[in-house]
Amino acid sequence: MSAVTAEHAHDDHHDDHAHGPEKGWLRWIVTTNHKDIGTMYLLFALAMFFVGGAMAMIIRAELFEPGLQFVDPQFFNSMTTMHALVMVFGAVMPAFVGLANWMIPMMIGAPDMALPRMNNMSFWMLVAGILLIASTLFMEGGAPAGGWTLYPPLVLQTGKALPFAIFAVHLLGVSSIMGAINIIATILNMRAPAMTLMKMPLFVWTWLITGFLLIAIMPVFAGSVTMLLTDKFFHTSFFDAAGGGDPVLYQHIFWFFGHPEVYVMILPTFGVASTIIPVFARKPLFGYSSMVYATAAIAFLSFIVWAHHMFTVGLPIAGELYFMYATMLIAIPTGVKVFNWTATMWKGSMTFETPMLFSIAFVVLFTLGGFTGLMMSIAPVDFQYHDTYFIVAHFHYTLVPASVFILMAAGYYWMPKWTGHMYNEKIGQLHFWLSAISVNILFFPQHFLGLAGMPRRIPDYAIQFADWNMISSIGGFIFGASQLLFLWIVIDTIKGGTGEKVSDEVWEDAHKHGLEWTLPSPVPYHTFSTPPTVIPCDHD
Amino acid sequence: MKKIKQLFAGVTFASLGLQSAQADYTLNLMQGVTTVSHDIFDLHMLILWVCVFIGIAVFGTMFYSMYHHRKSKGHKAANFHENTTVEIIWTIIPTLILVAMAIPATKTMLELDNVQNSDMSIKVTGKQWYWDYEYLGTGVHFESHLDAVSEKVHRDGSDPTRVPHYLLNVDNPLVVPVGKKIRFVFTAADVIHSWWVPDLGWKKDANPGFINEAWTQVDKPGTYRGQCTELCGRDHGFMPIVVIAMEQADYDKWLQTTLAKQNEKPDLSDQNRQQLMTNGEAVYLKNCVACHQIDGKGINGTYPALSGSAKVTGGIDPLIGFLQAGTSRMPAFAKLKDNELAAVITYIRNAPELGNKVGDEIQPKAITPVYDDDE
Ligand code: HEM
Ligand SMILES: [Cu+2]
Ligand SMILES: [Cu+2]
Repeated sequence: MSAVTAEHAHDDHHDDHAHGPEKGWLRWIVTTNHKDIGTMYLLFALAMFFVGGAMAMIIRAELFEPGLQFVDPQFFNSMTTMHALVMVFGAVMPAFVGLANWMIPMMIGAPDMALPRMNNMSFWMLVAGILLIASTLFMEGGAPAGGWTLYPPLVLQTGKALPFAIFAVHLLGVSSIMGAINIIATILNMRAPAMTLMKMPLFVWTWLITGFLLIAIMPVFAGSVTMLLTDKFFHTSFFDAAGGGDPVLYQHIFWFFGHPEVYVMILPTFGVASTIIPVFARKPLFGYSSMVYATAAIAFLSFIVWAHHMFTVGLPIAGELYFMYATMLIAIPTGVKVFNWTATMWKGSMTFETPMLFSIAFVVLFTLGGFTGLMMSIAPVDFQYHDTYFIVAHFHYTLVPASVFILMAAGYYWMPKWTGHMYNEKIGQLHFWLSAISVNILFFPQHFLGLAGMPRRIPDYAIQFADWNMISSIGGFIFGASQLLFLWIVIDTIKGGTGEKVSDEVWEDAHKHGLEWTLPSPVPYHTFSTPPTVIPCDHD
Repeated sequence: MKKIKQLFAGVTFASLGLQSAQADYTLNLMQGVTTVSHDIFDLHMLILWVCVFIGIAVFGTMFYSMYHHRKSKGHKAANFHENTTVEIIWTIIPTLILVAMAIPATKTMLELDNVQNSDMSIKVTGKQWYWDYEYLGTGVHFESHLDAVSEKVHRDGSDPTRVPHYLLNVDNPLVVPVGKKIRFVFTAADVIHSWWVPDLGWKKDANPGFINEAWTQVDKPGTYRGQCTELCGRDHGFMPIVVIAMEQADYDKWLQTTLAKQNEKPDLSDQNRQQLMTNGEAVYLKNCVACHQIDGKGINGTYPALSGSAKVTGGIDPLIGFLQAGTSRMPAFAKLKDNELAAVITYIRNAPELGNKVGDEIQPKAITPVYDDDE
């Protein structure tokens, strides 16, 4: 309860009796304010982005040339495993929860999240979970090295780290579920009366749907790792043929979680893109309702396609065919989204500030990732693609120049609102161009490597893979270094940025597109203590 | 096509100021050497072109609009935000394309799945970290490990670029006849592995405790290389696959000589120190190095060091028994012949690179089946 000892805020524009933040560092521990918690989520995610990124640099350094130069193969496997876990659970997911915290109340005209104390708890459980999993790096036998998918029996060969990693997954799961409940409760209960469902910004819609995905899948993941735990320590044999179990059962359960999980990382991305593109095209979003339905359709489909990750595991032919057809279907709603964004730009009056640049790159490069997804949905061809660098390229296109780029776009787009300072547009554009070019040098050649026959998750490779690996590593180093520019911009903007006074709507006519732009910049500590009555809505 | 490829690669390398280490790379999927692999390649090209076509249409529209509909050119924004007709069109056309794709894909999938009427069967067992091949019904059964040169080079850090087929070579390749339908059955001894030879068009997982099936029929004699594609632990990157397809007559001959060699009684006569050490090193590289490492230091906390280990430098009989029986964390090496055991024991007790120097020679005759009871 921060409010008990809090002093009244001075810089508050509200005339009701609002409380400011706790003084000193305790503010950040005990806060229940959605903006504080959003900030913590975002900064934590940014830190983890650099931690996971450092691991990626180790991987790319080892793969720079054939031969083993820097690390032991076991440590290499730990790096691929930890890189993925940190990026998924420590960077991308928390970053979107951070955005949700900051923006959803402001976008729907609510004073805060519905469950502020739980909000604080879910953040700190996330920190605990990530610290716990990071601590496994220093344990006897090393960090988990069986891949982020944690397949048995291999993962059961992990040393002392196994139970700690599993407990960390439980913490992260509880944290995500609490976050999701909070977001759903906020959206369904806290909207300003005039904010009907079909007026909600798409970011809110996509998070509403993502929230339900999370509640559905996190318990499944928790269940699957708990079975690993009992198999290892309590003599069950869920996944051990010798006791009547089946290792493939784990894969079914994991991917029932895992496929929707990848959509958890992309649906909010769709929402942000649909928010930013219309502002810089100075045109309403094309096909608002079809965007909502497409999101729902993708979410539904995501539950019935899981075995496309398992085409080569020995499925019965009916299973191969069913999962192939179902997966192909995803291309339809995904296509609708891409067409809608294109139509939004069509006949607009576009300008290309950094948020727009990142959003456009997202549309193009996410579509590339979608294409390879479609290619891999063709089951017989996936017998070639599967577990090669081709799929590494696929999911990195859907995650880095898609999810991560949109997070960058969101940062540039809303930072002036959050801080009241303008970021340095020149450096922002430099950051964009360096990132957009190097991300392609990094990941595009991986398509070639995969097609030419290079398996994923190997620390050393045959000589014919040398050239493209070297190019990919060079791209990786440039990409990694370019992100330091973003760090600089964040710090610089918080400290004052260009010094230019930002208006309340920041971007030209932004107030027509979202409630947050009707608030002062920087946003006061408490907003919408009374619900707004006029809802900007550009699609009806 | 090849020209374009070279040009493309050349430009990329030149612009990055690199020297191509090897001209022999590919950009596209390989067509392979079976009917199924060709069908798969065709499907791959079809879906690739579909994507390229859609990509050009969508990105073309987008870039046109980005160029012409920009504020700096004074373009005024329109205000439309829906159009039911185009929305229906761009839902229906992709659906039709998908249906058109699904038909040939289904055909190929059915073909890939049909293991019936095979001429012969080979059982493939994935193990950490090598493959084990058993020609069912013939008695031929052998292990296939990464070849000794690659094994040494990737462990001692010397230059791999001069090693022929670095990491893609094995000691005992899988030999198959051309023109025959070969059924494979896959399983694994420890964790999941996956058997992939791109030229055959597919990979298949080898799951411990279960059997998977797949088939191939190679039409062209040749050597085809692949790798394990399911992460299976520390040496996952070091368990390649080599398939040699030969004419039936050559294959028959190979089968006979292999069988004869396999049934040969091992030569148990005494060897000199040099022979023991050389043979011992070969056995060590194949069977022990993955865990105990090239310098005998093991992996801290996971695999014990052999350097200076009392078990290694102590009594011979307990050591023999230990190797034959294995433990819960180390496989039993009962499969090693007496001459191999003698050689590897001599090697681990005396190899300078492992840091041991007992100064004895163990001869094959000294190997008697003794089992260690306390493990
Ligand atoms: C058009 C949409 C998509 C389709 C049809 C699709 C299809 C597929 C298929 C078939 C695989 C399995 C490939 C294999 O293992 O051989 C796969 C893997 C993967 N996809 Fe997608 N995908 C799509 C979009 C996405 C998106 C939006 C994301 C994430 C934001 C994503 C992330 C991943 C990841 C992380 C994997 C690999 C997981 C692993 O094995 O570690 N995909 N996708
Ligand atoms: Cu999936
Ligand atoms: Cu493997």
